[in-house]
Amino acid sequence: MTAPVLRVRDLVKEYGEGDARVRALRGVDLDVDQGDYVAIMGASGSGKSTLMNILGCLDVPTSGSYRIDGADVGLLDEHQLALLRNRRVGFVFQSFNLIPRMSALANVELPLMYGGVGQAERRSRALAALEQVGLSDRLHHEPNQLSGGQQQRVAVARALVTAPALLLADEPTGNLDTSSTRDVLDILDRLSVSGRTIVLITHEDDVAAHAKRVIRLVDGAIVEDRRQAPVDGPPPRLAEAVG
Amino acid sequence: MNRLEILRFALRGLLANKMRSALTTLGILIGVAAVILLVAVGEGSSQSIQKNIQRLGANTLTISPSFTGGGGGRGGPGGGGGQNTGPRTQARQLTLADAEALADRAAAPSVASVSPVVTAGSATATYEAASHGIGQLVGTYPSYFEAMNRQVARGTYFFNDDVLAARKVMVLGTTVAEELFGDLDPVGRQVSVSGVPFTVVGVLKESGSTGMQDADDVALAPLPAVQQSLTGFGSLGSIVVRATGASATATAQAEVTAVLNQRHGITGTAAADYRILNQATLQETVSEATGTFTVLLAAVAAISLLVGGIGITNIMLVTVTERTREIGIRKAIGAPRGAILGQFLMEATLLSLVGGLSGVLVAFAGTRFTIAGIEPVLVPSSVALALGVSVGIGLFFGGYPANRAAKLRPIQALRHE
Ligand SMILES: Nc1ncnc2c1ncn2[C@@H]1O[C@H](COP(=O)(O)OP(=O)(O)O)[C@@H](O)[C@H]1O
Ligand SMILES: [Mg+2]
Repeated sequence: MTAPVLRVRDLVKEYGEGDARVRALRGVDLDVDQGDYVAIMGASGSGKSTLMNILGCLDVPTSGSYRIDGADVGLLDEHQLALLRNRRVGFVFQSFNLIPRMSALANVELPLMYGGVGQAERRSRALAALEQVGLSDRLHHEPNQLSGGQQQRVAVARALVTAPALLLADEPTGNLDTSSTRDVLDILDRLSVSGRTIVLITHEDDVAAHAKRVIRLVDGAIVEDRRQAPVDGPPPRLAEAVG
Repeated sequence: MNRLEILRFALRGLLANKMRSALTTLGILIGVAAVILLVAVGEGSSQSIQKNIQRLGANTLTISPSFTGGGGGRGGPGGGGGQNTGPRTQARQLTLADAEALADRAAAPSVASVSPVVTAGSATATYEAASHGIGQLVGTYPSYFEAMNRQVARGTYFFNDDVLAARKVMVLGTTVAEELFGDLDPVGRQVSVSGVPFTVVGVLKESGSTGMQDADDVALAPLPAVQQSLTGFGSLGSIVVRATGASATATAQAEVTAVLNQRHGITGTAAADYRILNQATLQETVSEATGTFTVLLAAVAAISLLVGGIGITNIMLVTVTERTREIGIRKAIGAPRGAILGQFLMEATLLSLVGGLSGVLVAFAGTRFTIAGIEPVLVPSSVALALGVSVGIGLFFGGYPANRAAKLRPIQALRHE
């Protein structure tokens, strides 16, 4: 067994000072192996997003350690963190977070640009990523010309385009209707089949049913860790469809 | 991420808000153009004043009678001896004898030449049907030409012989020549001045009129000829003294003062009955004054540049605040700090550079026109300064908020409202 993609130990995150202090995470331990598909569930305010932001290197924990592929994130400097965010982690937000007034193609090319990929390769990889999410016919649309589902698919393409080991999605279907939700989940299932490690947050059981493993958070601590399918197998929904 | 891509991002950022970018650019444009133009106007006026003074001739002292503050009568009979009734008992006119005394090499070694001058006001010259009121008809010695820096373009000067013989010959300024003769060559022709015939022997080079007086509306003739026919053999209007060199004007002035004080009986604290205009000191005073004027203009312009700079600062602050979320997104997908900072710095630089360069263009165009009677003269250092300041302001005040935003953790920037 190789080292886990993610290893979190005794992670604590506190917001605010003094009386206003909130303990959003109270000592979380978590290992995620290569190829796993994890759904994190929990009530609103239970600390899901807080955990996810730390996993995506968007925020820093108050204490505790966090390793990606064995490297201690707490020891990295600003520049190395930027590289990590760019190459190893793809992040999908609930609110899409595309850059306005930039075409879908340009949005997807952006991480490659920051990663120093040349123009021609950038273009072909971005086109491939958009094709993967089924948006080849919307390349030059700007975010405000796309539906929510389409925007989220662009965001997924942007997260995928650098071929990161880890795909993190914070309630990616939270703002989507049923059919768009199905589109996005189909994409995630396919990514899981192709061996990508995925962690997503949701509070819908339907969505969690797609994952191989479900973790439940209550008040900043893990209270349940349930496996629905083996790490090296296909995600449960696809397995059902086949079987 | 290479420079070209940063430039593209910056352009896209600016074009996303065309109106705002245009107005900011305009602010800088006005500031830069104002600095360059106003400094140019200041410099132009200073140069034209200097030129006017220089045209009067370098190294010259002009002595003219002065009766202000005098207590005594005007050379009344028998009043010469008494010196007990006030600071000055008697004011004397300048005479030919004064001029001759000044020409004494022993008494005034720093004096190179002395030209006594009489001027006839309102002399009307006629040639055939044409007539012209000469602005200034000067009767003097040939040394006047050199002292006053006037050269002959056609024909000749008049000479000492002409003075001795009181010949009625005349050198005309271009304005007079044109008024009377049009395209004809005046040399050798006769004009009649207040009924007295003078032969034109030469025409002066045009000295170009700047300011109030037309320096070409003159006619010069030998002193006795003018006295005989027009002014009478009374006192002199002034005496023009040329010093032996630029550095000798001060000593020359002292020598002239000594000679005239002695001749006019002025001692101690008594006020002199003449006045010496020293071109060198005049030039200094005037250049000091015009220097102050230029500084004043530059200060006004600098304020407008500052206002333009505050405009850039404001826009960059607003832009960065408004786009903090976007900065968060960019950081979340792995933008290094340098790339984000570079984009905003580039935006600020583009704004200030485009504004600054168009300001320079406007100023260049503006200096081609005469502004309020002054031909502006571009001062290169003002161009460099204005451009430098505008770009500097853009970089500093654009860089500061951008750097602050780029340092935020991605989640902080993303949560920014
Ligand atoms: N920036 C913040 N400042 C202060 N408190 C915060 C901040 N972000 C989250 N919290 C608090 O931390 C707790 C967990 O929040 P969050 O991780 O967003 O929950 P979830 O995503 O599970 O709904 C909540 O009580 C929330 O109020
Ligand atoms: Mg949340």
